[in-house]
Amino acid sequence: MIINTIFYYFREAATSLIRNSWLTVASVGTIIISLLILGSSVLLVLNVREVASDLESSLEITVFLDDGLEQERLEQLEEEIKFVPGVSSVNFVTKEQALENLKESFGDKAELLSGLEKDNPLPNSYTVKTREANMVPSAARQLTELEGVDQVRYGQGVVENLLALTHWVRIWGTLALLVLGVAAVLLIATTIRMSVFARRREIGIMKMLGATNIFVRMPFMLEGMIIGLTGGFVAAVMIHFGYASLLNKVMISLPFIHLVDDSNSIYQVLGALLGAGFLIGTLGSAISLRRFLKV
Amino acid sequence: MIQLYNVSKTYQNKVQALNGITLHINKGEFVFLVGPSGAGKSTLTKLICREELPTHGQVIVNGRSLPRMKNRQVPYLRRKMGMVYQDFRLIPNKTVFENVAFALEIIGASRSEIRQAVPEALRMVGMEKKLNMRPYQLSGGEQQRTAVARAIVNNPALILADEPTGNLDPDTSWELMKLFMDINSLGTTILMATHAWDIVDEMKKRVVQLENGVIVRDEEGGVYGHDH
Ligand SMILES: Nc1ncnc2c1ncn2[C@@H]1O[C@H](COP(=O)(O)OP(=O)(O)OP(=O)(O)O)[C@@H](O)[C@H]1O
Ligand SMILES: [Mg+2]
Repeated sequence: MIINTIFYYFREAATSLIRNSWLTVASVGTIIISLLILGSSVLLVLNVREVASDLESSLEITVFLDDGLEQERLEQLEEEIKFVPGVSSVNFVTKEQALENLKESFGDKAELLSGLEKDNPLPNSYTVKTREANMVPSAARQLTELEGVDQVRYGQGVVENLLALTHWVRIWGTLALLVLGVAAVLLIATTIRMSVFARRREIGIMKMLGATNIFVRMPFMLEGMIIGLTGGFVAAVMIHFGYASLLNKVMISLPFIHLVDDSNSIYQVLGALLGAGFLIGTLGSAISLRRFLKV
Repeated sequence: MIQLYNVSKTYQNKVQALNGITLHINKGEFVFLVGPSGAGKSTLTKLICREELPTHGQVIVNGRSLPRMKNRQVPYLRRKMGMVYQDFRLIPNKTVFENVAFALEIIGASRSEIRQAVPEALRMVGMEKKLNMRPYQLSGGEQQRTAVARAIVNNPALILADEPTGNLDPDTSWELMKLFMDINSLGTTILMATHAWDIVDEMKKRVVQLENGVIVRDEEGGVYGHDH
């Protein structure tokens, strides 16, 4: 009956796993390592994206003005700035205010700046916000063209750098994953091959007795699946606890950094790890059986 | 039950093991396959259980053409035949009971079927008292009887035996032959390749003699040969 058969598959798979315990451990270990890399890179990419979009939404453009513009020109300029596509708000900042702001940001070292009031080197400026973060670069470019504008500044580089980081994380993560994934698949294939080899006489007897291909192969497929799922499970548990403790630490020591912490996304990552482990195990078995178990 | 028409078999290494064999075996027959070493006896049995395919000719078992049979149907063909070999082919870490039960587990039999059929088969071969022993604890004859129990446990229509007495002493060989006769008397067809001329001579069954891949003799109530 089916129940007996399933029981038989699991018993045989377990026997093989125990018989080749060292290879089993090595295969599970390789899967854990590759999936840890997969999990951490995915989480890193997700987080960098989150941080980048946080940063982007707080991005402002500062438009420094030429010295000595007439009040009339200033008012006209404000209108012109409002007409630049994407601009949502414009705020005039006088040079005095700019110095105040600077002093504030220096905090208790503000006295370093004393004496500057007499000959304030800071220009008047406009603080411009855009409706969307990605409108910042083009708006900034157009603002530079305006008459009376000296310089235009925005968080140049920060966002780009972060996005470039995710780019590299993705490339290296994928590469490492590929190499380790292939190693894991091959190691499982070897494990299964050893199992097939250890049981080749039994396989011959089974075929003589009229066992179907599925019956002969199933315990070996199961063996790979168990290895893969075990590796996936351990990696998922490690990522789960590791990430939880990271969130905790960041929350305490770097409260202004906001990491991905919705359980939905995290469980998706963990589920993907389990799935990837299963896939690696199944693939390893399938490759091995194709090559070494002609039935 | 078995029909071979003009069957030839050439192995990959260009050895021609069989050459134009035509042979019919009816249901319930007991047939000895004799001939010198390398004559093609084992090759013939392998063609019948589709372990090998003929290079030329037609092999029909139970009305089905084996060359045309799809690979995935082969298991079902083998479930209708029991195989017995010189080297017993028992699984070492299984008990006598488990070895016989294995043949049923493989075809998906239920526990109750197994509990019923296995002791019956073991009784038939006289192994019912040793069902918890493992192969290494058994004599050659006992191992072979276990193998026979496994071969008959799902009531096959045909027993293919390739030198089943090859590793047995004369007395034990005779016990096995008595067992085969019992099984045959219940209607099971038996094809047995053998070098045991005394058994063949004594039993007066149909004898098919192969030499260099051709049938040189096929007679009812025959003897092993005239030159031993
Ligand atoms: N798998 C194989 N590959 C190549 N040649 C083979 C193979 N099996 C058998 N042969 C060759 O085919 C010929 C017939 O072999 P077979 O085993 O059928 O003889 P046999 O009659 O069973 O001999 P024996 O009495 O020694 O068992 C021999 O020459 C053998 O070397
Ligand atoms: Mg032979």
